Amino acid sequence: MGKHIITVTKGSILKREKAGCGECQSSCQSACKTSCTVGNQSCLHERGTEINKD
Amino acid sequence: MIHCFEVNGCKLVFDVHSLSLHRVDDLVWDILNGRAPGKGYLPGEVEEARHEIEELRRAGVLFAPDPIVTYEPPETPLKSLCLNVAHSCNLACRYCFAGSGRYGSGPALMPREVGRRAVEMLLERSGTRRRLEIDFFGGEPLLNFEVVQDIVTYARERAAAVGKEINFTLTTNGVLLDDAVGEFLLKEAVNVVLSIDGRPGVHDRMRPTPDGRGTHNLIISRARRFAERWDQWSGTKGYFYVRGTYTRHNLDFDADYRYLADFGFRHISIEPVVSEDNEYGLREEDLSAVSKAYQRLAEDYLARVRQGRRVRFFHFEVDLDGGPCLPKLLSGCGAGQAYLAVAANGTLYPCHQLVGQENFKIGDVFRGVNNSTIPRSFTAAHVYAKEHCRSCWAKYLCSGGCHAGAYLVNRDIYKPNRISCAIMRARLETALYVKAVETLLAVSKHSEEA
Repeated sequence: MGKHIITVTKGSILKREKAGCGECQSSCQSACKTSCTVGNQSCLHERGTEINKD
Repeated sequence: MIHCFEVNGCKLVFDVHSLSLHRVDDLVWDILNGRAPGKGYLPGEVEEARHEIEELRRAGVLFAPDPIVTYEPPETPLKSLCLNVAHSCNLACRYCFAGSGRYGSGPALMPREVGRRAVEMLLERSGTRRRLEIDFFGGEPLLNFEVVQDIVTYARERAAAVGKEINFTLTTNGVLLDDAVGEFLLKEAVNVVLSIDGRPGVHDRMRPTPDGRGTHNLIISRARRFAERWDQWSGTKGYFYVRGTYTRHNLDFDADYRYLADFGFRHISIEPVVSEDNEYGLREEDLSAVSKAYQRLAEDYLARVRQGRRVRFFHFEVDLDGGPCLPKLLSGCGAGQAYLAVAANGTLYPCHQLVGQENFKIGDVFRGVNNSTIPRSFTAAHVYAKEHCRSCWAKYLCSGGCHAGAYLVNRDIYKPNRISCAIMRARLETALYVKAVETLLAVSKHSEEA
């Protein structure tokens, strides 16, 4: 953590490029009925669960 | 590419191509915005700030290069079906994109055989995918509850027989959501999206019965009853979202979030209506008010988080470090290829918003997809194929926006709706702000405990 810059999150986009498995737990179409933000879904490989579920 | 923005006094920098987020002080803010640092800094401070910037650049989390040189979207098998089990509705919502749920034709219910055949088509065309999705939609799907029940049972059995799983979602206006229906949805772990717009006046204005009566009181009582049972349900259960819609009549929609949250709902989404063809659709002149409403909503959300009673707001659920993979971020919802909509009579369309549009018919559940041109055009409409998206800082978070929304406004799926884009960027800035505050709050709490 720097004195002038605090990094909140470090992305991992290259790691994601290797994924593309299409096994996302929630499809975008369900999300679309609630919202249209694809970015609010989680990857099972990354997290093991879906963010929209408690 | 970076995007510098300020929300509620918090200065943030989003690194587009690494999806990294940084909170910066005034000095770094000035440097990154190309301004000469103001006076009053201690000797060496400017140098120190520049050094931090350079370190992050070297680490690949600031000014990261575009990871995409060329992109060829992969062919992907079918994953999701939207089943329009009822082209009919018991409400007459004024903003309904489906024309009172009828999609431009007479009222119709999906026969059981069409639903079952759709399930078979999903299984046949899903390739090696194991987790599949079916969404019951309409109109009002509970007008055809018997077929919903039949399809859930049938699909579960058929999927299990071939080693797959199907998740179900039902989008309802809540009028018919009684205890018996609720029991079924809970037992079968069906995800539920229930439409309610918020405060009584806001809801009743846009979501009346066909004879013009308000429905707020009925829906709120149905929704609360289901929410109580959902909270108490001890078995596996799906998610339960209340989903509102805001128009230019309630630009203070943060008050509707507050209203629903105070009622005890714990998962809330509120979506805009964008259109210049009617008196309630959001327009350019509403954007400032919309942005302020998201910022107020963020403070309300964070206040609840600090009090240990988080009420989730769907648009703040941006997951930067565990979100979708790059191929998904570039291609969006998968409409036309991974996702199809099935009309009540079995006709196939690229997505639910295009059901009933003659020029988007691509086949039917009995004969399959017989038009490959339309699905291919949807697949090709990824972020890097859209001129307006390539240079947008939000491209990986909105994935190029809604194809149908672009078509319905601009008659071109490659040309996103300008107003929708502006709203998306405003709410993403707020979502990133929430992410920053929440993360730093957690770090600070952890430090205190240690």
